[in-house]
Amino acid sequence: MTLKLGVPSKGRLMEKTFDWFADRGIDMRRSGSDREYAAQVDGADVDLVLLSAGEIPRELQAGRIHLGVTGSDLVRERIPAWQDVVRELQPMGFGFADLIIAVPAFWVDVNSLDDLDAAAADFRRRHGHRLRIATKYHRLVREFLRDAGVADYQLVDSQGATEGTVKNLTAEAIADITSTGETLRANHLTILPGGLIHRSQAVLFKSRTADWSNGNKEILEDLVDRLYG
Amino acid sequence: MTDKITVRAEAERLFAFFKASGAMAIDADLLQPADTLLDLYGEDIRARAYVTQDPNRGEMMLRPDFTVPVVQTHMEHGGEPARYTYLGEVFRKQQADSGRATEYLQVGYELFDREDPERADAEVFSLFNEVLSPLGLRPATGDIGILKAAVETLTTTERRKGALMRHIWRPRRFRALLDRFTGRVDMDPARKALLDRVAKDGAEAVVEGGGPEIGLRSRDDVLARIAHLQADAAEPPISRSEAEVLDVILGLRETLPNAHQHLRDITVDLPGMAASVDRMARRMDALAAAGITVEDLPFEASFGRTTLEYYDGFVFGFVAEGRPDLPPVATGGRYDALTRVLGRGQEIPAVGGVIRPELVQQLREGLA
Repeated sequence: MTLKLGVPSKGRLMEKTFDWFADRGIDMRRSGSDREYAAQVDGADVDLVLLSAGEIPRELQAGRIHLGVTGSDLVRERIPAWQDVVRELQPMGFGFADLIIAVPAFWVDVNSLDDLDAAAADFRRRHGHRLRIATKYHRLVREFLRDAGVADYQLVDSQGATEGTVKNLTAEAIADITSTGETLRANHLTILPGGLIHRSQAVLFKSRTADWSNGNKEILEDLVDRLYG
Repeated sequence: MTDKITVRAEAERLFAFFKASGAMAIDADLLQPADTLLDLYGEDIRARAYVTQDPNRGEMMLRPDFTVPVVQTHMEHGGEPARYTYLGEVFRKQQADSGRATEYLQVGYELFDREDPERADAEVFSLFNEVLSPLGLRPATGDIGILKAAVETLTTTERRKGALMRHIWRPRRFRALLDRFTGRVDMDPARKALLDRVAKDGAEAVVEGGGPEIGLRSRDDVLARIAHLQADAAEPPISRSEAEVLDVILGLRETLPNAHQHLRDITVDLPGMAASVDRMARRMDALAAAGITVEDLPFEASFGRTTLEYYDGFVFGFVAEGRPDLPPVATGGRYDALTRVLGRGQEIPAVGGVIRPELVQQLREGLA
């Protein structure tokens, strides 16, 4: 048996992951044609598994892969009590994105979570329903707002184009990933001060539930030595 | 682990007890419409309840408690006064490592009665006390009505009181608000900057400068809140001495008669508290009349402050002493406001509680 390493199957995240390992003396490449989801690692006893970044948390949780590269936001969102299930081996220094709460820029009266809470109370009184926040990060946003004591809001699911929901009247505010803030500005939204929920980046995770017998532990130790020994 | 058959037998025994004391058996659907529950409890319920999707009926929840459907049934069909009892599963998501059950039986008793609320409080408490007495549990009581009255008597604006009232169930947020209203913490610099700009350029120009109006929260909503912020900034702080009395009340932990005496003394300075302290006294008498030894019944003013936010008067619980690993064996309280919300214009004073038969069975086994 060999150690299974899950990496994102496409785009910049895949390239950056390959570069990160290459910088540390481990060469990865896709095998076969560009369209084939197979890859290999030279010089280490590791099986590369190409997966969508969003599926890597689930595979780590199930222990079907031993290691995985994915965003720290996805792990926190998708795995309950994630610290019990996976361990962060190494933040990788790319794929930076902040999960933030954003509100319409003309809400000049809303400059803190306190304000958001008070505005939500007024909104509910005036409009008869809770202030809606569109997001796909339900767990992270809910826990964050609960800890901050914000009430009278409700989450509405938005799996894409979340910045457009306010204009489309399906939400009053949003919680989403942003890296530069340009899309927010283009949609007349602004980051709520104090509304930074999580600073995400790509992280090399280790599954605590995978089978670490049959020499897999030794392979990991060898890999860790080569990566940052 | 006790098996389900044994737990059900225990539940049936409790159910029979409540039926024998005059309650009518009632049942509720396992699938409850999510919107009612969400509207009542907020997002937190979504983290705690199992949500499922029905193509026709929309989002549904696996029954997280009986209170809401029982109140709805009563408001639609019930005569008065009414006593109900029920037995069935409720479903709650739990933390991965908590070891707590996600599906368990509840037996409950709910009393709808306009005549004499304090007597009703005492009836429910004494029934629970009686049926649980062999287990030697520690009772706890409190009164959210006292907390509300304490907030109501503060010398400040309705808006500030409303904000505090809204967060009675979130002690940290309540504290932060109180610190701001008493001037213990300074005004948020961002708010100060906003008010300065508004004073200089006018609110309309400031909002205009923020960006185009988008979404349902309108320009008028923003302007209305700015007006409130301006009014609030001109408001004197809540006095330290008033805030200290509030702290004393929040921290009150005594036997019921001592707590009552203490609160009675406070009404000398805060006559606005008198009505709820009178209610407390009437309840104490009713409890004594129902055979409860009130002399050593514990009272904690903050009891029930961290549970679901529908209780608004008397609250109680029964916990197994020396077993902090177990949830309370029984909890209950008064929820008049909930009947107002669900009753669409109607309301009826209501009080009730639930028992977890699986814990009763477990503790009973430990005693045997």
